Amino acid sequence: MAVVFEKTKGLTDVPFSYCPGCTHGIIHRLVAEAMEELGVLDKAIGVASVGCSVFAYEFFNCDMQQAAHGRAPAVATGIKRVHPDKVVFTYQGDGDLAAIGTAEIVHAAARGEKITVIFVNNANYGMTGGQMAPTTLVGQRTTTTPYGRKPEVNGYPIRVSEMLSTLDGAAYIERVAVYDVKHIMQAKKAIKNAFLAQIQNKGFSLVEVLSTCPTNWGMTPVEALKWVKDHMEPYYPLGVYKNTLEEVK
Amino acid sequence: MAKVLMKGNEAMAEAAIQAGCRYYFGYPITPQNEVTEYMSKRMPEVGGVFLQAESEVSAINMVYGAGGAGARVMTSTSGPGLSLMQEGISYLAGAQIPCVIVNIMRGGPGLGNIQGAQSDYFQSVKGGGHGDYKLIVLAPSTIQEMADLVQEAFDIADDYRNPVVILGDGMLGQMMEPVDFDNVKKTRRNLPEKTWATTGRGNREHRNVINSLYIDPPVLEKHNYVLFEKYKRAEQNEVRYEMVNCDDAEVILVAYGTMARVAKNVMNIARREGYKVGLIRPISLWPFPKEPFKKTVDQVKGYLVVEMSMGQMVEDVQLATECKKPVHFYGRPAGMIPEPSVMLEKIKQIAGGAR
Repeated sequence: MAVVFEKTKGLTDVPFSYCPGCTHGIIHRLVAEAMEELGVLDKAIGVASVGCSVFAYEFFNCDMQQAAHGRAPAVATGIKRVHPDKVVFTYQGDGDLAAIGTAEIVHAAARGEKITVIFVNNANYGMTGGQMAPTTLVGQRTTTTPYGRKPEVNGYPIRVSEMLSTLDGAAYIERVAVYDVKHIMQAKKAIKNAFLAQIQNKGFSLVEVLSTCPTNWGMTPVEALKWVKDHMEPYYPLGVYKNTLEEVK
Repeated sequence: MAKVLMKGNEAMAEAAIQAGCRYYFGYPITPQNEVTEYMSKRMPEVGGVFLQAESEVSAINMVYGAGGAGARVMTSTSGPGLSLMQEGISYLAGAQIPCVIVNIMRGGPGLGNIQGAQSDYFQSVKGGGHGDYKLIVLAPSTIQEMADLVQEAFDIADDYRNPVVILGDGMLGQMMEPVDFDNVKKTRRNLPEKTWATTGRGNREHRNVINSLYIDPPVLEKHNYVLFEKYKRAEQNEVRYEMVNCDDAEVILVAYGTMARVAKNVMNIARREGYKVGLIRPISLWPFPKEPFKKTVDQVKGYLVVEMSMGQMVEDVQLATECKKPVHFYGRPAGMIPEPSVMLEKIKQIAGGAR
C-alpha cells in the first residue's frame, strides 16, 4: 500500500505531556515539520524553556538544551555564537518570555541574534495551574485574578510582537493562531519564514502563536478554540509585524 | 614572549585566550572590568567571540549555552554580579557544563564598595545557588598564579564537566606584576572528548540533550549520586595548597589570596623575632585542603586564620582540625586589610611569652 502520510521526522516517539485539547501539540508538529521540510533537522539545536513546554527537549528530534525560566534567548545566544552555521531556536511560553525573561528576549532581538523564537501565548501560566500571565486579558479570570484582571491592580497585557518589531535587530515577526485549519496553514508558513530569516542571516525572528489552555480556562477544547478567536485575537491582532526576508523562489 | 607587566585582571584574560577559550560573555562591574575590556580587544584578534550581555543573569546563561555547545567559555564578575549568576551556576552544575567563572571579590553586603575583600568565600565554596552541588574553587595569590590557575581551571572544568571558579579579590585584580606566559603550567590530562555537546545532530545516531530536569525522584536521586561521585574524585585529586615553614611551627597562619601575601610577610617578621611561625595557604578552597592540618595539628599551639572578611574560611579550618587545637581568627571586612602589627600581636599571644 502506498504511504500517503507519515508523522514528521522532526518529532520523537515520546508521548506529549500536554492536556487534551491544548494546541501545544499542533504547534510542536508545525515547528517539527517546518524544520524537516527546510532540511535543517540535522543541524538544529533547540532550547526548551520552563512552563508547560518544559519537556520539549524530549519531543523535538534534534539536539536540545533545557534552559532556566526566561533565559532561553540567552542560552540560544551562547549556542548560536559557538555554532553560527547551525539553526538555533527557542520554544517559550508567555510567562517565560514576557514576564521573567523580558530582558533576555528584548536584548536578543535588539542584538539581531540569529535565532528563531516560537512564542506560545495562551494568556496564563499553564504549568503552575493557571495563574495570571503578562498576556492575561483585562477581565480574564485566573487563579491569581479570581475577580478578573483589573488594570488598576495588574496593568495591561503586553503585546510582544508589536513591541519587539520596533527593534532594528528584528528580521521577521509574525503573530498567528491555530484555531482552525486555515490559520494552522498560515502558522506553518510563518514558522518557516522565521527559520528562513535565520538561515538567510537576516537577524532575530519570532512567531507568536495564540494558543489554548482548555484545562485552566475551564472550557472544552472547542470552546477554547472559539475563545482565542473571539477574545484573544481582537487584542492580539494577527499578521506580519516585521519582514526583511528575500523573496523565496 | 618574555615576562610582561600586567594587571591581574588582564593576566587572567590573556591566560584564558592561551588556554583556548574563544567565548567570553560578561557584564561590567568593578573591580574586574579589565577582564571584560581585555577580552573585547583580544577575542576578535584570535577569531573568538566577546559579547557584552544585558545582565549577569544573561551572561551566565550565555555561558550555559556555549558550554553546552562544546566550547571553552568564561565569564567574570564581582560579588553583586556573582549573586545574580547563582541561578545559572546551579543549572550549570546540574547539567554538568564545564566553564570558568572568575569572581574578583569586593566589599559587601549589598552594593558594599569596590575595594578588594574576601567575603564571598561562603557563596563560592558552600553553594550559593539551590540544590546539592559543588564548585571547584581556586584562589591565586600572585598574578603569575592567576595565569597558571586559569589554564588549570579550564582543564579541570573539562575533566569533571563542572564549573570552576577563580576566586580573587580587587587587590589581585588591579595589581600589576610580571607574568611569564611561556611557563604557564599545562597539565597533561587526557581530557575526554565532548561527545555530549549539542553541536547539531549531523550523522550522530542519538540526540544530545543538555538538561538538569529529572522529574522522577529516583532518577534525580541517581543523578545527584553521579554528581557526588564526581565531587569525591575531585576531593581525591584536586586539592592544592602551599605550606611554608610548618615543620617546626608552633603557630601556623592560615590565609589565601591577597591575605596570604600579608601573612607570609608577618610570618617572616615573627621568625626574625624568634617565634616559630608557619603558613598554610589553601589554593583550592573547594576541595578544602585538610591534609596540612592533619599533619600539623599535633605539633602546634594553635592556628591563626586571617581573612579580609568577618570570618568564613575559618569554619573550614575548624572542621579540618577537628577542634583538636585552638583556631583563632583575625579579619577585617569592607575592603580593609588586617593589620600586620595586630597579626604579630596575636601570634605572640598564641605562642605564649616573649622570645
